[in-house]
Amino acid sequence: MAGTLQFDLVSPERRLASVAASEVQIPGADGDLTAMEGHSPTITTLRPGILKAISAEGTKSYVVTGGFADITATGVSVLAERAVPVEEANAALFDSLLAEARDAAATAADKDTADKLVADILAMRAAAGQ
Amino acid sequence: MPSLKDLKNRIGSVKNTRKITKAMQMVAAAKLRRAQEAAEAARPYAERMNAVVAGLAASVGGSPSAPRLLSGTGADKVHLLVVMTAERGLCGGFNSSIARLARVRANELLAQGKTVKILTVGKKGREQLKRDLSAHFVGHVDLTDVKRVGYVNAQAIARDVLARFEAGEFDVATLFYNRFQSVISQIPTAQQVIPAQFEGGATSSLYDYEPSEEAILADLLPRGVATQVFTALLENGASEQGARMSAMDNATRNAGDMINKLTIQFNRSRQAAITKELIEIISGAEAL
Repeated sequence: MAGTLQFDLVSPERRLASVAASEVQIPGADGDLTAMEGHSPTITTLRPGILKAISAEGTKSYVVTGGFADITATGVSVLAERAVPVEEANAALFDSLLAEARDAAATAADKDTADKLVADILAMRAAAGQ
Repeated sequence: MPSLKDLKNRIGSVKNTRKITKAMQMVAAAKLRRAQEAAEAARPYAERMNAVVAGLAASVGGSPSAPRLLSGTGADKVHLLVVMTAERGLCGGFNSSIARLARVRANELLAQGKTVKILTVGKKGREQLKRDLSAHFVGHVDLTDVKRVGYVNAQAIARDVLARFEAGEFDVATLFYNRFQSVISQIPTAQQVIPAQFEGGATSSLYDYEPSEEAILADLLPRGVATQVFTALLENGASEQGARMSAMDNATRNAGDMINKLTIQFNRSRQAAITKELIEIISGAEAL
C-alpha cells in the first residue's frame, strides 16, 4: 500500500501543488472522501472545506471553495475556484467568503443550499482554527 | 521653407516623442511577459475544466433534463455580444479589429431580423461602437482601476451574463476578444459561450459521479462560463500588450526616420545660409 498518486491542485490563476501524494482527503459535496492509489475513477464536486494531501514531504492542507475533483487510479486533480494554503488563510479571507455566502443566501431562491454553504464555511473556519 | 530655428525645434520635439514611444514599448514588453505568464498559469485549469465539462456534456447533452446553459432556451432570437477591448488606446489596430468583428456580426444578426444586445468590457470598444450601435448597449464593465485582471473580475462578468440569461434577456451569448498568437499577430475571435459548445468531448462513462452527472454539470457550467471569460480576458490582456509593443516599435522607428530626414534638411538649410553669406561678402568685395 505504499503506492503514491499524482496530486495536482489548480486554481484558475495558478497551479498550487503538483506532488506525488500517498493519500488525499477531499471535502466532497456529498461528504469527505480519501483518495489513495487505485481509487475507482470518480468525479465529485467540492464543498467549502479543508483539503489535505499527505506526501513524503509531510501533510499539506489547503482551504478550498467551489470546483471539483477528478480522481483516477493514478492521480487526483482538484480544480478549485479558490484555493489557499491553510497557513496563508486568515480571518479576512474567511470574513469575505462568509459575507459572500450570506449575500447569496439572502437573495437565493434555493434557501437550503445557500444556508448549507454558510454552514460549510463556518465549519471550515473552525477546522482551520480561525 | 521653415527657418533654422523651426527645424531645430521640430527635431527636438520628434526626439521627445521617440523617447516616449520607446519607453512605452519597453513597458509593454515587460507587461506582455507578465500577461503571458498569467495566461500560461491559467491554462491547466481551463483545459481540465473544459475536458471534464465536455465529457459530461457529451453524456448528458441529449437528455431532456440537460441544463439550460447547455441546451439553450430553444430559441435563437436575442443575441448578447460581449465585446472585450482594452481600456487604453495607442495599441495599433487592437481595439478596432475587435470592434470591427463585433460590428459585422451585429449587422448580420440585425439583417436577419434578430435582436442584438451588446455588453461592453473596456471603454475603447464602447467608444467605437457608440456611433452606430449605442441603441443596443445593455451594460458596460469598467476595468480601468484593475491593475491586473484576476479571476474575480471574470467571475463578476460571468455572474452578470448568467443573471441576464436566467432573467431570459437573451438566447445566445458570444464573446469577442483577441486571441494571442504572437507579438505581431492577434486574432479577433468570436466565441459562443451560451449555450455551451464543446469540441470533441468523449463520453467518460468509466467515472463514478458524486452527486449525479446532471448535478455536477449544473454546478460546473456556470463555472465553465466564468473560466471562458477569464481565459478571454487573459488572452486579450496579452494581445493588448503585444499589439502595443509592436505599434510602439513602429512609432519609434518612424520617429527615427523622421529625425534623420529633418536633420538632413536642417544641415542643408544651414549650409545654404552659409553659402549665401559667403556669396554676399565676396560679391560685395568684388564690387569695390
